[in-house]
Amino acid sequence: MTDINARMFDRELKKGSAELLILALVEARPRHGYEISRLIETRSGGAVRFHVASLYPLLYRLERRGWVAGRWVEKEGQRRRRYYRLTPEGRKVLAAQRSAWESFVAAVTRLTRPGRA
Amino acid sequence: MPDWRDEVRRRLERARLDPIRRAAVVEELAQHLEDRYADLVAGGATDGEAEQTTRAELEHAAPHAPPAAAPRGAPGAASPLDRIGCGHPIADALRDLRHAVKRLRTNPGFAAIAVLTLALGTGANAAVFSVVDAVLLRQLPFREPDRLVTVSARHADRGRSPFNLPDFLDYRDQNRTLAGLAAYGTWSSNLTGMGDAERLSGLKVSANFFDLLGARAAAGRLLLPADDTPGQERVVVLTHALWMRRFGGDPGVVGRTILLNGGGYEVVGVLPGEFLFPIREAELAVPLAPAQDASRTVRNSANSLFAIGRLRPGVTREQAEEDASAIAHRLREQYPVANAHKPGAMVTPLHDDLVSGFRQALWVLFGAVGVVLLIASVNLASLALARAASRHREMALRAALGATRGRLVRQLGAESLLLALAGAGAGVLLAGFGVDALVAMSPASLPRLTEVHVDRRVLLFTLAIALLSALVFGLGPALWASRPNLQDMLRGRGDGGGPGRRRGRGLLVVAEIALSLVLLAGAGLLVKSFLRLQRVDPGFRSDHLLAIRLSLPKDRYRGRAATAAFCDSLRDRLAALPGVEAAGVISALPLSGTVAAVPFTIDGRAAPPDEHLQTHWRLADAGSFRALGVPLLSGRPFDGRDGPSAPPVALISRGFAHRFWPDRDPIGAVLRIDDNDQGPRAVTVVGVVGDVRHLGLDTEPEPHLYLPLQQAHEDSVGLLTGNQYWLLRTSVDPASLAPAARRAIAVLDPGVPASNVRTMEQYLEASIAPRRFNLTLLLVFAAAALLLAAVGLYGVISYGVAQRTHEIGVRMTLGAVRRDVLRLVVGQGMRLATAGVAVGLAASLLVTRLASSLLFGVSATDPVTFAGIALLVLGVAFLACFIPARRATRVTPMVALRSE
Repeated sequence: MTDINARMFDRELKKGSAELLILALVEARPRHGYEISRLIETRSGGAVRFHVASLYPLLYRLERRGWVAGRWVEKEGQRRRRYYRLTPEGRKVLAAQRSAWESFVAAVTRLTRPGRA
Repeated sequence: MPDWRDEVRRRLERARLDPIRRAAVVEELAQHLEDRYADLVAGGATDGEAEQTTRAELEHAAPHAPPAAAPRGAPGAASPLDRIGCGHPIADALRDLRHAVKRLRTNPGFAAIAVLTLALGTGANAAVFSVVDAVLLRQLPFREPDRLVTVSARHADRGRSPFNLPDFLDYRDQNRTLAGLAAYGTWSSNLTGMGDAERLSGLKVSANFFDLLGARAAAGRLLLPADDTPGQERVVVLTHALWMRRFGGDPGVVGRTILLNGGGYEVVGVLPGEFLFPIREAELAVPLAPAQDASRTVRNSANSLFAIGRLRPGVTREQAEEDASAIAHRLREQYPVANAHKPGAMVTPLHDDLVSGFRQALWVLFGAVGVVLLIASVNLASLALARAASRHREMALRAALGATRGRLVRQLGAESLLLALAGAGAGVLLAGFGVDALVAMSPASLPRLTEVHVDRRVLLFTLAIALLSALVFGLGPALWASRPNLQDMLRGRGDGGGPGRRRGRGLLVVAEIALSLVLLAGAGLLVKSFLRLQRVDPGFRSDHLLAIRLSLPKDRYRGRAATAAFCDSLRDRLAALPGVEAAGVISALPLSGTVAAVPFTIDGRAAPPDEHLQTHWRLADAGSFRALGVPLLSGRPFDGRDGPSAPPVALISRGFAHRFWPDRDPIGAVLRIDDNDQGPRAVTVVGVVGDVRHLGLDTEPEPHLYLPLQQAHEDSVGLLTGNQYWLLRTSVDPASLAPAARRAIAVLDPGVPASNVRTMEQYLEASIAPRRFNLTLLLVFAAAALLLAAVGLYGVISYGVAQRTHEIGVRMTLGAVRRDVLRLVVGQGMRLATAGVAVGLAASLLVTRLASSLLFGVSATDPVTFAGIALLVLGVAFLACFIPARRATRVTPMVALRSE
């Protein structure tokens, strides 16, 4: 594949799973935007990167839908930061998207295993 | 380190964000960039490299790629950041609504009061609107109803008059502006041969009647021209109601023969349920059959036919009226004697004709209930103002920082919309009950009552006024109150104490009080009218009086002898019943509205050439005067001397005597009355009796002539056979004698059914029922208005007290006594109330004039009523001020001072 096609495929994959990624990351505990961005980069081993211009519009969108809730938190000695946590509704959406993703991946894997006639 | 905030801000230029949000986003994104920069530096990059990488990431380029070719902040470069502030419009709207629900839930008291107020206001309005719509606004259920008109003769004395048969035929044949002219007249019959004999009201209608109206049969057919041919006229069409009531909705009724007045009539069809006859009580129709009617050539026969016409296409009502008047003129020239007092004709739209009597009353009620809604809405506005004031600080801050008005409007709009929808929903429910109550209470004479229900138009109306109310009165003041008032804020008194706002609420209260005063004035005048009316002496004793209506079948009672014999027998039987003190018969009951008139002249007096005297007259016997309790003022009553072969005599009313013999006794005067086809005949006045208000309590009694039934001319016996009223004066409760009376009649002749057996009190009651209806409703509305205004005043005063707790505390510390505080607070409230009363009085003086036709015996500007109402309102206002004022005096100075 040429570089452009790889990049396009990459982009499509990222688009489809972006929401799921973010929701999953705030499942355990509330996180602020930079933390989320760094986690994505490190846990994916650099395969997926979300930079400012793509992360925050997405976060705000999720917030508008009521799946995450953002709050300014002032910790001692630090300037205030905006933390995002998963809302009950977001939890439901996460479960649904997670199961959909897993089914999809399993199906595609099965279908595209090399050697199938 | 570069100024990341500046970088972010520049890239957000194109995003649609209000300043507060913008600042927050800038802060957040800048932090992210700072952290990124710091991490890169901590990982070993130089300042320059870290800056480059960070900026590149901001520009959305992949890492290690050359920085974006476009220079920083190039205007053409699109970036996802541009769309940060945008949302999906529908999602936004839903979110606004959700927030609105949450906000309203935090203040359930406000929401509850607002919804209740809206529900009551819109519900009441919708209910009255249903009636107004059905009766006044909606078209009549006929084909092209706006082309239908009533044609009537213009009478010299009496205004409008129906036609007689010869006149009608001439108008029908000679007119050139109508596509058709149909006639109808009352025709009552006794239904016999199937169970209980029953008296049915019906109509005789001309052949083209149903066709003219565009009516269709629900079963069978309607009347046709063929039915007018001799031998074919014994057919009848039933109304839906009669078909259900007496025939059980039997589809086989078509073709059946029923006995009416002893004759067989074939049922040829049934009318649909929504059809209405111009005379509400009519339950069937038979052909007019003019060809067989003997009065066809008698030019001065009774005027009993009403005419409905359909205008030809392109013809106006005025043209039709000119045409009809020309015909009237021609007829008068042709028949100078018979048509002497019918100099013209009138053409009026049919709709007007049917509803005109009620138009004014209904619009007055509609106006009144509108005023109630207005007051309720004003209270809503006041509430909204107070609520907005409590959030004033927040709003002012946001507004000062530039929060767009648009967002505020959307938020407040969402709240108002929710309240409006809830209020409208509840209002529709209330309207349903209201309509049922109104219909039950309505006078039976209200036309088109069966068409009143809550339908789509009413629903739309309810929704519209709810929305209007909520938006104008809920949104408007809230927006106005949310205008930034920085000075107040800086001074630390930002909580709705702004003078502008207080003045606003004060003005609203003044308006409410003024409006409620107008309603009360109207109600007060109506009450006075009603009381006056009840005190009117009808000219007879209405207590202990039972009235029974009979009609004698024409085939067995032709002529005076048979009728008189029946009456004599029945009188003896009825008088013999225990509990009956006097019994008599009269051709038309007082207050029944029936009018019969006869032309006359006075012997020995030259009648002026163009003056044609007519008098109301009735056939009666001695017993009826005794039963009614009409006093004999001079001369003698009817007695046994006045037989068929004795000299004809008459009794006249006091008004009659006074008008024609103002200074001497009329006993012995001779009148010539024209009550028969051969020409005027002489009767001698033998007595004068008291005036009776035959037409209604609110009409002056007209001169009246009474003839003994034994001496009725053969030609006018019909006056007594078609309808006769028996009057029984009882020593016991009159209603208890009804069964015995019915039995006596049935024994004498089972084919003569008694109908309308009622006590005279019931007739009286029915005649004033419309007034009572108007009055009750208006009182209810006025009371509601006053209550709402009082609540409004109470709200303003107690809010003012809460705001001025500090000031009151200071005053009390400085030595103010309870009474001083009371005076302060109550004074403020009474100033508002007095202003309201003054404005209200002025407005009432103008407005009550509009309803003057509803009044009786009271001037539209009756000072006693107005003074009384003003005092009432001031009294209620005083109470509304006093309660919060007393609360104010219980404030201890310490608490007050601490509360600032």
